[in-house]
Amino acid sequence: MTNEPSIHVDHDEAGANIEHGDHENAYSGLLVNDAHWAFGTDFEDPLAGVDTTVPSGVDPKDLAAYCLMLGDDALVFSQRISEWCSSAPDLEEDIALANIALDLLGQSRLLLARSAAADPSLVPQLPEGSPVPDEDRLAFFREDLAFRNVRLAEVPNGDFAEAVAKILIYSTWRLAIFERLQSSRDSVLSAIAVKGVKEMSYHRDFAGRWVLTLARGTEESKTRLLTALEGLWPLWGELFETHPVEASVAAAGIGVDPAEVADEAGVILDQVFAAAGIERPERGALAGVRGERGRDGLHTEALSKMLADMQVVARQYPEGQW
Amino acid sequence: MTAALQTPASTVRGDSDDRNDRVTGSMATHTDAEALDRARAAAARVTDPEMPMLTLVDLGVLRDVAIEDGHVVTTITPTYSGCPAMATMRDDLQRELQDAGFPDAQVRVSLTPAWTSDWITDEGRRALQGAGISPPGQAPRHQGPVALTLMPTKRALNCTLCGSANVKLSSEFGPTACKAMYQCLDCLEPFQHVKEI
Repeated sequence: MTNEPSIHVDHDEAGANIEHGDHENAYSGLLVNDAHWAFGTDFEDPLAGVDTTVPSGVDPKDLAAYCLMLGDDALVFSQRISEWCSSAPDLEEDIALANIALDLLGQSRLLLARSAAADPSLVPQLPEGSPVPDEDRLAFFREDLAFRNVRLAEVPNGDFAEAVAKILIYSTWRLAIFERLQSSRDSVLSAIAVKGVKEMSYHRDFAGRWVLTLARGTEESKTRLLTALEGLWPLWGELFETHPVEASVAAAGIGVDPAEVADEAGVILDQVFAAAGIERPERGALAGVRGERGRDGLHTEALSKMLADMQVVARQYPEGQW
Repeated sequence: MTAALQTPASTVRGDSDDRNDRVTGSMATHTDAEALDRARAAAARVTDPEMPMLTLVDLGVLRDVAIEDGHVVTTITPTYSGCPAMATMRDDLQRELQDAGFPDAQVRVSLTPAWTSDWITDEGRRALQGAGISPPGQAPRHQGPVALTLMPTKRALNCTLCGSANVKLSSEFGPTACKAMYQCLDCLEPFQHVKEI
């Protein structure tokens, strides 16, 4: 490897940094305790020590495909939200958005790792000796058409009103699904859902409160919120359409049929709208192409551009050590 | 030999008598018991990388220390799914155990049961308070669907500097995933609060 990026610091036997003079390495001061420099400099299987045996009565390929769908939703939406870093209206909201993105990224990592464990054939092949773990291979080395996220997750960011409207819609839908997923027969999915419910309760409340604030704020904030909801509404219906994989895992007691949560999620969203004094948008659903939508790998152009940005460094260095 | 944890505090701290009751008979078991004590003591020294005033035991993240087939096996659980400190906690545990004479100690990550802020020990709560971080109240228990809460979360808590209850939530999301941010309206001190989860 000649192009591999690296920060080189020498250590003596006790692990202390060896000084090379004052100006030689700008990072040496950070590396007094090497182990504490930046979390996650070394990754391992996030499911290490977790029993990943596939339960009876479900096709491992269906379980893997289902986890990929849920994992891609969380990954793509996390990436979108993290694009807000340092651009939110104030520091508190910037940190809130980063926290939400981090929770979703954590959920995604577990879901993608679960997918890889259930069906290793899904994981892209890399040159022998590549240290990239399975969940990163799935995140960084798949093409856009292999992504199975709902299209709502990939919508390019608008203003802050658009961000909170999108988080409200996503977390209302997702929380309803995860609440049911807690009783999945797959112990890994169940564990991911139990943690996810706790986290997304905060996300939904955060977004709901901001929707109220903006709706009852100024004419400008209300107009922006309504414009955002109008723009996102065509993607609401897709969230509750049942893909054959979802039907299969739901029948096996492993997954959740999203159509089942449509009423409940709609009622919760209507509660927020009623408290905010606004109406549900009246916009028809965004059509698929030949009946295909996000779950089938049919996406908007925005996903391809987002992935190009997200994946470029990892793809440049498939054997890179970080 | 496995000593499963009933609660994080009672077994990991290794100060309870009932633990010794489980150790019976042969020399081999006695050696194991001694090793287990040493391993527990070492694991109990490891602190949280973000909140160094707390040990992993105080935080409720260290779930088990056991000896399996002659190897020390410790189990930790993440606070939040995306907690970036997990790898550091694992490395710190491994290093501390290595220094205590267990070079082949293994650290397992367990996702169930899911961590709750209720597992932070009384000692941990005092340590947080002492460091100017407001400790969590009781975690919500969900029976049925999670309720939507559109008004700011009401918590009865006091300013960590002046003790006033006249405080205002400035954000549900703080500098780490597990904390919210408050400000005291009397002395104006901004402070962090560990969220109930």
